[in-house]
Amino acid sequence: MKIIEVENLVKKFGSFVANDHLTFSVDEGEIYGFLGANGAGKTTAMKILCGLSAPTSGKVSVAGYDVYKQTEMIKKRIGYMSQRFSLFDDLSVWENFQFFGGIYGLPAAKIRQRTTQLLGRLGLESEKNQLLGSLPLGWKQKLAFSVAIIHRPSIVFLDEPTGGVDPITRRQFWEIIYETSSQGITVFVTTHYMDEAEYCRRVSIMADGKIVALDTPANLKAKYKVGTIEEVFLKIARN
Amino acid sequence: MSFPSSIKSVDIRKCYGDKTALDNISFEVTKGELFGFIGPDGAGKTSLFRILTTLLIPDSGSITVEGLDTVKDYIKLRNILGYMPGRFSLYPDLTVEENLRFFAGIFKTTPEANYDLVKDIYSQIEPFKNRKAKDLSGGMKQKLALSCALIHKPEVLVLDEPTTGVDAVSRIEFWEMLDRLKKSGITIVVSTPYMDEASRCDRVALMQNGKLMTIDTPEAIRNNFGRDLFAIKADEVYGLLRDLRQFKATRSAFPFGENIHVTLADELVKPAEIISNLLAAGHNNVHISKIEPSIEDCFMEMMKKSEK
Repeated sequence: MKIIEVENLVKKFGSFVANDHLTFSVDEGEIYGFLGANGAGKTTAMKILCGLSAPTSGKVSVAGYDVYKQTEMIKKRIGYMSQRFSLFDDLSVWENFQFFGGIYGLPAAKIRQRTTQLLGRLGLESEKNQLLGSLPLGWKQKLAFSVAIIHRPSIVFLDEPTGGVDPITRRQFWEIIYETSSQGITVFVTTHYMDEAEYCRRVSIMADGKIVALDTPANLKAKYKVGTIEEVFLKIARN
Repeated sequence: MSFPSSIKSVDIRKCYGDKTALDNISFEVTKGELFGFIGPDGAGKTSLFRILTTLLIPDSGSITVEGLDTVKDYIKLRNILGYMPGRFSLYPDLTVEENLRFFAGIFKTTPEANYDLVKDIYSQIEPFKNRKAKDLSGGMKQKLALSCALIHKPEVLVLDEPTTGVDAVSRIEFWEMLDRLKKSGITIVVSTPYMDEASRCDRVALMQNGKLMTIDTPEAIRNNFGRDLFAIKADEVYGLLRDLRQFKATRSAFPFGENIHVTLADELVKPAEIISNLLAAGHNNVHISKIEPSIEDCFMEMMKKSEK
């Protein structure tokens, strides 16, 4: 099943075309990498997919819901995590889960159950009463990801989730992503770490509002006759 | 032959409450060197740079830059330093040209006086000189910030994570600009969380949790890795990772793109054995090769050692 379907998505701001006829789809359970230089139009497109902004034209559906008319249904079925927006530093770990679980409409017992389960998986049960602001960045990020999936969404959007984190924690984070994907949650991720693109099943690269490449990492490397996704990116960008 | 020193740091300590942000940091940078601080968020890079640029007073220890103390001689020092802090630090509602003129004016000079120094960088954004800084793309903002940090012809340039959050192409272009800048003899100190950028520096300091793990040339750091490193590839990456971690012979296994980088607990184990174990576990298209470690491999190895 296609969890995201985009057909000729156009988004204009005045005369500036931020998204220029984007067409792509994401399969259920896939890890999909959404790459592109800054200013290419990724954030604009992601906002539309999260139900936060309407397209100028084109067909877009997320988790089976239409982005023009059913944004509230979309918001219930998705999770979101970004480097810039994360959890509340002056609430404890437990309080953060309670707060966001409540926002996602989960009943109290369910929140308790999911929180215990998610903290257990991270091995952070003993930190549950610690203020989030006192924890190392790597733990905060893993916790933010857990909160983003507390309600078992169909799809979780990750906006540069591993920025600035040490290389071991970065990889541990990706192992959590793999595990989540293997449980059927679709992962839609943007990143500036090109090696992380290789962990995705498919990757699209945006430039100047358009999608200029979309395929598995292996096929892209073969097509451009290079060894890494970084080199694919450079070849495309320097044209 | 000895190289003249530009920056000397002795036992810098800085705490915020009961958190030690900088723990006895000592290092020296020679004139004209391109020196990198490589480490993740929370390593202490920004705190160190704020002390270096006279914006923060250390709890103990001292730093001198070109013979001037960062605390006692801060006024004189500010005239010879160029600083590009982590966040976008320019005026969003001034245009490109207005920003440049403003910063030149603060240092009692004009853009025209030192145009040659910034021309290489500024010429790329000059076509947009009447655009407000807030309307620039990330890459262009970087170039403007760099131009403003250079416009008064500083002797030492300090760049705090100039490439964070910026796409791969702009990052490469930025380092090419730094390479060209080096030729003018300016001492450059940079911090970055991107390990691959370490190889662009003359020397690097690897930093983690307020401590310096090592200071050396990138080449020396790689040569000191101390053990064999293998890259293993197979069809199913996640399953491969799980299985490799189960093998007794595996000391460490970390994903690196389509490969898993592996060090062995028992150096007598042969690659052929690993391949046959993986094939027996059902993996297809298994490849293994011995590789030279990258700075990232070295950083992770040092993290592992410091955990014990």
